[in-house]
Amino acid sequence: MRVLLNGEPYETAARFVSELIAEQAPAARVAAVVNDRVVPAAEQAAAALAEGDRVELLTFAGGG
Amino acid sequence: MNHENDTLVLGDRAYTSRLLLGTGKFADADVMARAVAASGAQIVTVALRRFDRDRPNDALLAPLLAMDDVTLMPNTSGARNAEEAIQAARIARELCGSRLVKVEIHPNPRHLMPDVIETYEAARVLAADGWLVMPYIPPDPVLAKRLEEVGCASVMPLGAAIGSGQGLAAAELLKIILREATIPVIVDAGLRAPSQAAAALEMGCDAVLVNTAVADAGDPPAMAAAFAQAVAAGRSARRAGLMPVGTDAQASSPLTAFLQGGERA
Repeated sequence: MRVLLNGEPYETAARFVSELIAEQAPAARVAAVVNDRVVPAAEQAAAALAEGDRVELLTFAGGG
Repeated sequence: MNHENDTLVLGDRAYTSRLLLGTGKFADADVMARAVAASGAQIVTVALRRFDRDRPNDALLAPLLAMDDVTLMPNTSGARNAEEAIQAARIARELCGSRLVKVEIHPNPRHLMPDVIETYEAARVLAADGWLVMPYIPPDPVLAKRLEEVGCASVMPLGAAIGSGQGLAAAELLKIILREATIPVIVDAGLRAPSQAAAALEMGCDAVLVNTAVADAGDPPAMAAAFAQAVAAGRSARRAGLMPVGTDAQASSPLTAFLQGGERA
């Protein structure tokens, strides 16, 4: 299916948020936001993705 | 002076270090990590960004998480309003579990002055929701008091514009904030030199937060250590009690004119 990942169109075989994270960031610590809703880590395996979902994967960067 | 029982209390934690360090602008994660270690900082700020699969490593986070005594304080930089700042805080908590959040909302990249209306609203909502809110604010005593009243853990007024290195340009307004506040006051932004950090602590500020002053120094870990010494010295001086400022000279040595064998009138 096609989702909007971090603002860019993205074709993925992932069905759940956890699978999209495994595909994108297998070794990184990321937070997931789907359609403006934060999806806690414990819920990612059960959080189904739908066509056109807006997914943001976020991480920490340097900042003051 | 013994600092063991002199702590900065935020929520249910007491910190012995009064130097908070930002992690932006460092040349690489290794220099950043060495600077954090040299600073002795127990609270370190981080920012949120979109994950980039071309740079997927946890270069920044891994060394910070490996430090036992470091608490991460995510900031809300990039948020344009209260709603976005609240969302940023929730995302950050997913990443680090920290209840500390530095609320910063500054719409204009040229001066980076805080949007006080959105900052107040975000702080009010987050504090009511149990966060330890550390708002970055202009040196406004009324706003500082209002933020205290809605339950912020501290207020973090700027000494001068972010990254400007102008030091304690807002000193006189900071003194008013300090006189009125019953929560910690942390000078955030504007400092360039360790002497300015010492001056902030001497004035009565509870802590300082620096980033650019360390990251842009010739030797960031060495500058971080210098700031740590200055903050400790400033705090010790504050606790020791500074002498009053006078208008006339006060002799610190006897003025008896013993060489001539006579008494001065």
